[in-house]
Amino acid sequence: MTNAFWRTLDELGADPAFAEKVHREFPSLLPDGDIMADPVARRTFLKLMGASLALAGATACTRQPAEKIVPYVRQPEDIVPGRPLFYATTMALGGVATGLLVESHEGRPTKAEGNPLHPSSAGGTDVFAQAAILSLYDPDRSQTLTNVGEIRPWSAFLGAMRAAVTAQQSLRGAGIRILTESVSSPTLAAQIRDLLTRFPDAKWHQWDPASRENARLGARLAFGEFVDAQYRFDRADVVLALDTDFLTCGPGSAGHARAFAARRRPDEPDRMNRLYAIESMPTPTGSRADHRLPIRPSLIEPLVRSIAQRVGVAGAVAPPLSSETAAGADKWVEAVPKDLLAHRGTSLVIAGDGQPPAVHALAHAMNQALGNVGSTVVYTDPVEAAPIEQLQSLKDLVADMNAGTVNLLLILGGNPAYTAPADLGFASALDKVALRVHLSLYDDETSALCHWQIPEAHFLESWSDARGHDGTASIIQPLIAPLYGGKTAHEVLAALGDRPERSSHDIVRDYWAQNPPQGASFARPQPGKPLPPEFDQAWQRWLHDGVIPNTAFAPRTVTLNSGSIAAPSTGQTRPSTSSGGGTKIEVAFRNDPSILDGRFANNGWLQELPKPITRLTWDNAIFVSPATAERIRGSNSPAFTGGEHGQIVSDVVELRYQGRTVRGAIFPVAGHPDQCATVHLGYGRTRGGRLATGAGFNASAIRTSSALWFADDVEAARTGDRYSLACTQYHHLMEGRSPVRAVTREEFSRDPKSIHEGDETPPRTISLLPEYRYDGYKWGMAIDVNACIGCNACVVGCQAENNIPVVGKEQVLRGREMHWIRIDTYYRGAAERPETYFQPVPCMQCENAPCEVVCPVGATVHSHEGLNDMVYNRCVGTRYCSNNCPYKVRRFNFLLYQDWDTPALKLGRNPDVTVRSRGVMEKCTYCVQRINAAKIESEKDDRRVRDGEIVTACQQACPADAIVFGDLNDPNSRVAKLQAGARNYALLGELNTRPRTTYLAAVRNVNPELGE
Amino acid sequence: MSQIFHRSANTLSRVSIFGAVFIIAGLLAVIVEVNRSPWVTDAHVAREQPIQFSHERHVAGNGIDCRYCHTAVESSSFAGVPPTKTCMNCHAQIFANSPFLEPVRASFRTGQSIEWTRVHDLPDFVYFNHSIHVRKGVGCTTCHGQVDRMPLMWQEASLQMEWCLDCHRNPERYVRPRDAVFRVDYAPPANQLELGRRLVADYQIQKLTSCSTCHR
Repeated sequence: MTNAFWRTLDELGADPAFAEKVHREFPSLLPDGDIMADPVARRTFLKLMGASLALAGATACTRQPAEKIVPYVRQPEDIVPGRPLFYATTMALGGVATGLLVESHEGRPTKAEGNPLHPSSAGGTDVFAQAAILSLYDPDRSQTLTNVGEIRPWSAFLGAMRAAVTAQQSLRGAGIRILTESVSSPTLAAQIRDLLTRFPDAKWHQWDPASRENARLGARLAFGEFVDAQYRFDRADVVLALDTDFLTCGPGSAGHARAFAARRRPDEPDRMNRLYAIESMPTPTGSRADHRLPIRPSLIEPLVRSIAQRVGVAGAVAPPLSSETAAGADKWVEAVPKDLLAHRGTSLVIAGDGQPPAVHALAHAMNQALGNVGSTVVYTDPVEAAPIEQLQSLKDLVADMNAGTVNLLLILGGNPAYTAPADLGFASALDKVALRVHLSLYDDETSALCHWQIPEAHFLESWSDARGHDGTASIIQPLIAPLYGGKTAHEVLAALGDRPERSSHDIVRDYWAQNPPQGASFARPQPGKPLPPEFDQAWQRWLHDGVIPNTAFAPRTVTLNSGSIAAPSTGQTRPSTSSGGGTKIEVAFRNDPSILDGRFANNGWLQELPKPITRLTWDNAIFVSPATAERIRGSNSPAFTGGEHGQIVSDVVELRYQGRTVRGAIFPVAGHPDQCATVHLGYGRTRGGRLATGAGFNASAIRTSSALWFADDVEAARTGDRYSLACTQYHHLMEGRSPVRAVTREEFSRDPKSIHEGDETPPRTISLLPEYRYDGYKWGMAIDVNACIGCNACVVGCQAENNIPVVGKEQVLRGREMHWIRIDTYYRGAAERPETYFQPVPCMQCENAPCEVVCPVGATVHSHEGLNDMVYNRCVGTRYCSNNCPYKVRRFNFLLYQDWDTPALKLGRNPDVTVRSRGVMEKCTYCVQRINAAKIESEKDDRRVRDGEIVTACQQACPADAIVFGDLNDPNSRVAKLQAGARNYALLGELNTRPRTTYLAAVRNVNPELGE
Repeated sequence: MSQIFHRSANTLSRVSIFGAVFIIAGLLAVIVEVNRSPWVTDAHVAREQPIQFSHERHVAGNGIDCRYCHTAVESSSFAGVPPTKTCMNCHAQIFANSPFLEPVRASFRTGQSIEWTRVHDLPDFVYFNHSIHVRKGVGCTTCHGQVDRMPLMWQEASLQMEWCLDCHRNPERYVRPRDAVFRVDYAPPANQLELGRRLVADYQIQKLTSCSTCHR
């Protein structure tokens, strides 16, 4: 195996034509030949330049407009203008809560952070929580209550509901149906149950494409009832992940990532855990695994059975492995069970949402057989208030609708017309319902089919509650009144009751007063009586902490139903390799890592976020292995075009499955198994906002209820069309100068210096400028490549904190994305089974900064604390600094990317950071606004800034605690200790830039039996 | 062929070449001075306000401390402009029927804020923090001038960067003891430099001139 790291498949192929293309800096300027060699073109260029210079000079002659100061009439006690406040609230996704602390400037929420007191967050966040602010202010949100397209007042809706409900009174509600997503809110569940008591024949259906249907059914299969498994990664020495991305997706992932990363510190080699991942599409979890086995999703179950049998699961029968599986997995079925058995009680097997219930049941059985239950796995009551088989529930609803028995359908959240499996015919069945009501953030595909469209209040505008992955309940409290008159599900349900005007605040408070948690200090009040003052005290405490104490579920015992293990699920046919017209492959459906099932499709931050591994923005694609791509495409011509800031132009492929077709661009991914493709859901929207519509293709067009997560025998055929994909993996290449260092644990403990092999450290005297002494603070950062899971939370966190604009697909295609921190994916080894590493790259704040010496106007200069300051109002846009930056971390505002006009978007900006205009260079400043704020506070107390007092936005967002910032002059600071450690290395240190940001090398805990 | 130019053209050209140096220098000086003048900076230009509020009356006449109205000055970047409620604390009783104060009463009645015209307006890319300056011994009048003699508020200083830097480079010329920060009648003593150097040491005042101190 070669020891070189690579980033793109073209690089690995070492095609000289590719190298030449990459080195063209501005291919878009050079359509045919060199513009500078053509005298006519050059003259035109000079003329244009002269004119624009003159105009640019004139635009500076503006006077600052007179501004108003508008003070309060009666100032609220807590608000001090200029000082932000933080409130605890909760974001629920797929029914499961993540606790947040949200920063508010004079009543405007501007930034969401994790709540360290909440178990599902543990202080970290995911990209969705970080991007929630933009969804709140999204000007495309549904803004008015409409009935068949006409704007109506809320009272008209209440009237319509009263009439509908009265008509149902005599029928015992037989025509009422409620469709929700997964519900963990105790209040909402109580409201629905109350409704079902009043109307015994009404029905409650649930459908949530982001929920964990297979995990739910797997638990029922294994234990005969719905239970939730809680995983304790802090206690696990060996983890086997079966097609799951537990580090970045699903309930409690932020907390899981923190616990997992804490067990991967090579400085404590004996505590280092080992992760095996069996998966199809490469995920962040698989990339962090010490051993990863890429395999088609349908082949995972037989392999798991073999492992289960060797682990000693009673009743598990190992089927003979197909030759395709055996080729990669022969060593695995021996080595992995052995390792698991060697760590009885401290191992952990976890299955993913894309795998059938049988695999989940096998995982439960293995944990039982390994004695992990009670130590690394704990079972509790389900977090969902009413767990059901959601697909069946949706099917029942469609059947009822088709039968014409549904008179009133309330769709509370979700977009079932878009997310329902294609074969159910949900949309056409919906047409047969007499009165259809849809509550949603956007006027989307489902809204278009409903009579009433109610704008939903964003969670930052709502009173509600939700449970975390371990059952911990917390209150969702609003930070701002609904911007667009949105309503909550509580209020819509109340409209069906006898007190239709009740606010969700009163509904939630009443629920918790009537259902006090264990150990509450107040007595349950009599209905109709005022709430006791003790309740108010407890309520204030819950709101302040962001959690309700003693609400986490207690562990419970479950008994394994051994019969569940035996039956192998059907559909293990191996796809035939070729047939007329196309290639037969297997297709796996996954929620998109950035926009999930499409619910975040109109969020520009998430759309422009390079997806983990693929670094694709603004689109989905048909992800396949390089070999499969070649087979489908029938050629191996490089799809990449256009230089350093280039793009991927890919073939459009048609997928045909059971008479349904969809077309998408094909995208080869290293580490993807052969003979199968992965497609992400959530794209190809036809309604629901300006950004949502038009991006990508709708993969659910071929997703049927019988093959929800993977479909066999899909025909893939080239169409001959080409399509441009905005992929940032080709941008900011570092010319292969060993940016990532990785060793095995054995190598590291034998010789910790091994990561520094071949290092060239230039002498400190090799500078024209005299040495500068940093006497006060000396800021620095250490980024642990070993801990980074590539989840992107830091990228969105930085974007929210620093008012970074969204530029759009067309600009990303030109390499003009503006993220101040990027995450590079590096591979090592063969393209079929590479090792994968993530490297977040912000500005390095070099002490010998190459950018500073080339700036003709002094717009980037060094501060006395070692920050590489960027002075926007001095910058004239020569871009010399960017040219001279070896790390390629400077970003230029080629156009006026920031939206200066939309009032709603102005509210969400961080007032402590300048909003940059066109023609200005910008970059990471270590969140200098946070540094200054902390310094000012410390100086007011006549003390130094304490270690850990300044947390940069990326560090705060990171669930894996991979980024540490602090004062290098304080030898006891965390960052100083990390930088003094053996794993510390400087990126491109041989250039004598002396970066303040350094990296900690990755150390893989390899199982010697599996080799490397 | 006769000469095109008369011989005097030689003198003219010499004078103009020599003069050009002065003309250009003069022009530059004019530009610099205009740029520093109140025409550009708006310094010493009293602003019209929706209410004829007089700092002279309230500060010199009634002896009200700055912090009675500008409550956040010690804790926040923004000193704070008082809510209507603060005005009404007194004016519910004093001059309760004065027609000048009708906008204040109207604001209190209707809940509509009074819209003051901003007098000290830094550019949006400058981040100034009142609380730390007050803590380090920069008096209110050092920047805002003798507000007790301003019937209508005006901007005393140019608020240009050279003015900021003058103090950031030489704080000892301007700082005063902490207990005198809010005194409007404070006058720098004759030994200001000596006192200033001592205070700079005592208050650990740093001479911060890095760009990111103010620009982010």
